[in-house]
Amino acid sequence: MSLLSAFDVSGTALSAQSVRLNVTASNLANAETVSSNRETTYRARHPVFATALDMFRDKPESAGVRVKAIVESPAELRMRYEPEHPLSNEDGYIFLPNVNPIEEMANMISASRSYEYNVEAMNTTKQLMLATLRLGQ
Amino acid sequence: MRFNLDKAMGIHETALYVRAKRSSVLSSNLANSDTPDYKARDIDFKNVLRNAAGMQTTGNLKKTNAKHIQPGGFDAKSAELLYRHPLQPSLDGNTVDAQVEKAKFAENAMQYQTTLSFLTGRIKGLNKALRGE
Repeated sequence: MSLLSAFDVSGTALSAQSVRLNVTASNLANAETVSSNRETTYRARHPVFATALDMFRDKPESAGVRVKAIVESPAELRMRYEPEHPLSNEDGYIFLPNVNPIEEMANMISASRSYEYNVEAMNTTKQLMLATLRLGQ
Repeated sequence: MRFNLDKAMGIHETALYVRAKRSSVLSSNLANSDTPDYKARDIDFKNVLRNAAGMQTTGNLKKTNAKHIQPGGFDAKSAELLYRHPLQPSLDGNTVDAQVEKAKFAENAMQYQTTLSFLTGRIKGLNKALRGE
């Protein structure tokens, strides 16, 4: 039944969007995580979405979504001169993550909107299925 | 009059199938609204139903040769998936416009329920006829 697969499709979207929200939360939480060298500094992470074509192989009309990978931002880390900081290196610098809080907030709003309308789609599908079950009454 | 239960529901049976399928296509579009390079798809409902109706009326062709074959019933499974023309192309190659898709999805849900009420009407009519009320 096609409506059941619509349910699954919306489900994959919810899971992908919640991963995106999770990643955004990690980025915001670690926006000020200080480190003393370039290698151990937190870098902003971003999920990469891809269409999950193999999930519904017998149903070409259904295409779910999955998180293909989570990539780290290649943007330059922030360096700050703070010789008194306990984590500063021998030159007196501390390293801060390359998280852009404004970008992350925009990403968060976009993810929550997508989550919302996928829930709405799921609800509508549920109503349609229930109406179909009541057919003829 | 010979009564055929298969045809009792008329075109609505196919319509319901295509509507359900379209709802799946549209929810796929909504699910992939943030997927790079995803192209929004849709089913041309009017065209599919016209084909289905055409098949029903020409369902019984006159055979003048033993090798002639009757056209089969319309296969709603072959409803063609078409790509949507993007109103505003995005840089990542995604052509889903969430607002448009939401509107289409709601519209399709309404039409699905309309088809359901048509079917309910048919079933009630049959019930009445069977009971002889």
